[in-house]
Amino acid sequence: MKEELFISGRDIPNIDPFLNIWHWQIPLYLYLGGIAAGIMFFAGLFTIMGKEKEMATTVKWAPFLVPIALVLGLFALFLDLKHEMYFWRLYTTVRMGSPMSWGAWTLMLVTPLSMIWSATYLKEAVPNWNWKSKLIEQTIDFFAKKRREMAWIMMFLAVVLGVYTGILLSAFNARPLWNTSILGPLFLVSGLSTGLATIIWMSKNKTERRIMSQIDIVLIAVELFLIVHLFMGFLSATAVQVEAAELFLGGQFTVTFWVFVVILGLAFPAVLEILELRGFHIPIWIPALLILFGGLVFRFVMVEAGQITRYLY
Amino acid sequence: MRYAMAIDTKKCVGCSDCVVACQTENNVPHGYCRDWIVENVSGAYPIVEIELRSERCNHCENAPCVRCCPTGASHTVEGGIVMVTHDECIGCGACIQSCPYDARYSHPDGYVDKCTFCQHRLEKGQNTACVDVCPTKCLHFGDIEDPYSDVSLALKNRSWKVLAPEAGTKPQLYFLT
Repeated sequence: MKEELFISGRDIPNIDPFLNIWHWQIPLYLYLGGIAAGIMFFAGLFTIMGKEKEMATTVKWAPFLVPIALVLGLFALFLDLKHEMYFWRLYTTVRMGSPMSWGAWTLMLVTPLSMIWSATYLKEAVPNWNWKSKLIEQTIDFFAKKRREMAWIMMFLAVVLGVYTGILLSAFNARPLWNTSILGPLFLVSGLSTGLATIIWMSKNKTERRIMSQIDIVLIAVELFLIVHLFMGFLSATAVQVEAAELFLGGQFTVTFWVFVVILGLAFPAVLEILELRGFHIPIWIPALLILFGGLVFRFVMVEAGQITRYLY
Repeated sequence: MRYAMAIDTKKCVGCSDCVVACQTENNVPHGYCRDWIVENVSGAYPIVEIELRSERCNHCENAPCVRCCPTGASHTVEGGIVMVTHDECIGCGACIQSCPYDARYSHPDGYVDKCTFCQHRLEKGQNTACVDVCPTKCLHFGDIEDPYSDVSLALKNRSWKVLAPEAGTKPQLYFLT
């Protein structure tokens, strides 16, 4: 039968327009969490490799941004809650089935850890700094001696945090665009890449920037590969996931995604970084800014588009 | 014991009495509802078909809202009823995102609200408000594990469907077709 007429639906003005319940707060938080994870991962990595001197920005200075990013991100999350005065309920229970629960607990560990990490380098950043308390001074000194151990924990937690920003979305099977486990690695790699871009932007050291640019090019390649994989997965999956993919392949998010995320946010900065490594003079903030902007748009697009996709019946 | 509901789409006239009964019984704020009517018209003129469904929370056996709730506010109680404890809910919206049936909404007071299968009435041995009030008797409710319950008898000799079974949530609303 040719279906010429097809009317379907429910219309509850107070409910239906508000079912897309996540707005700017969630993608912003995912973005800041990703940057924090990226910076922490590389700070940990180069500490373990014993490159604190050569990679000073990575190990010492960029991590000062981590607690700021995390606190801002947490504040955005708090703003997202509708019953915000009960937020402490997150910390009265551990629910392993809920990514949001273990994300909340991860943040509970990561945020203080990143603060301690920065505190151990505070005296190097501000030579006249005085903790004005023997106890604090001794505690910080204690942690300063345990940087290597902290670096291992930090790297592990950075990966958990980075993956969690993707898994948070992929746990919802009612939103077909999100319901793919590849979002975990994709958000992790994107987070690492934006973290790197921040470090590259901050760094004044040529060798450090060079190493970071090389790593970044690899990460961008992996990210592009994962994006291709994402769509291959969608297009060979169920009808709702094919529909979800079509939002990006001719649908309303096509231009935003392919132009701002893939071309301007990944491919073009990678080309610029390669050219820079080949000796062309390119201001370093251009690829860094493009990567950071692309990462932000990526998260906004994914959160926004995911909420449009649904099961039809 | 497993509560379930069967909705006879051939008998439902879409009067919305179930919606009003629920709003009254459960003090649902004005402009919101825990159950609703969906009207599906399909076909090519002049051969068109209409299906009316009284929908609400499916009280899924594999409830994604319970799984993704970070505080345990969404939980399953005896009889498989999915409930929300208001003062444990932080209003994060994860359950709203996770529901393939859009059965949950954000209450103006901040917490998430939804159908409870009128658990407070079931405790007293009564039926849900929507079932009791339905003028065409198209709603059948009861323990689906009891072969003589209203819902089991309604499902016995009729063809039925559930909504979006591919979502894998094992919904407990059965639509008689």
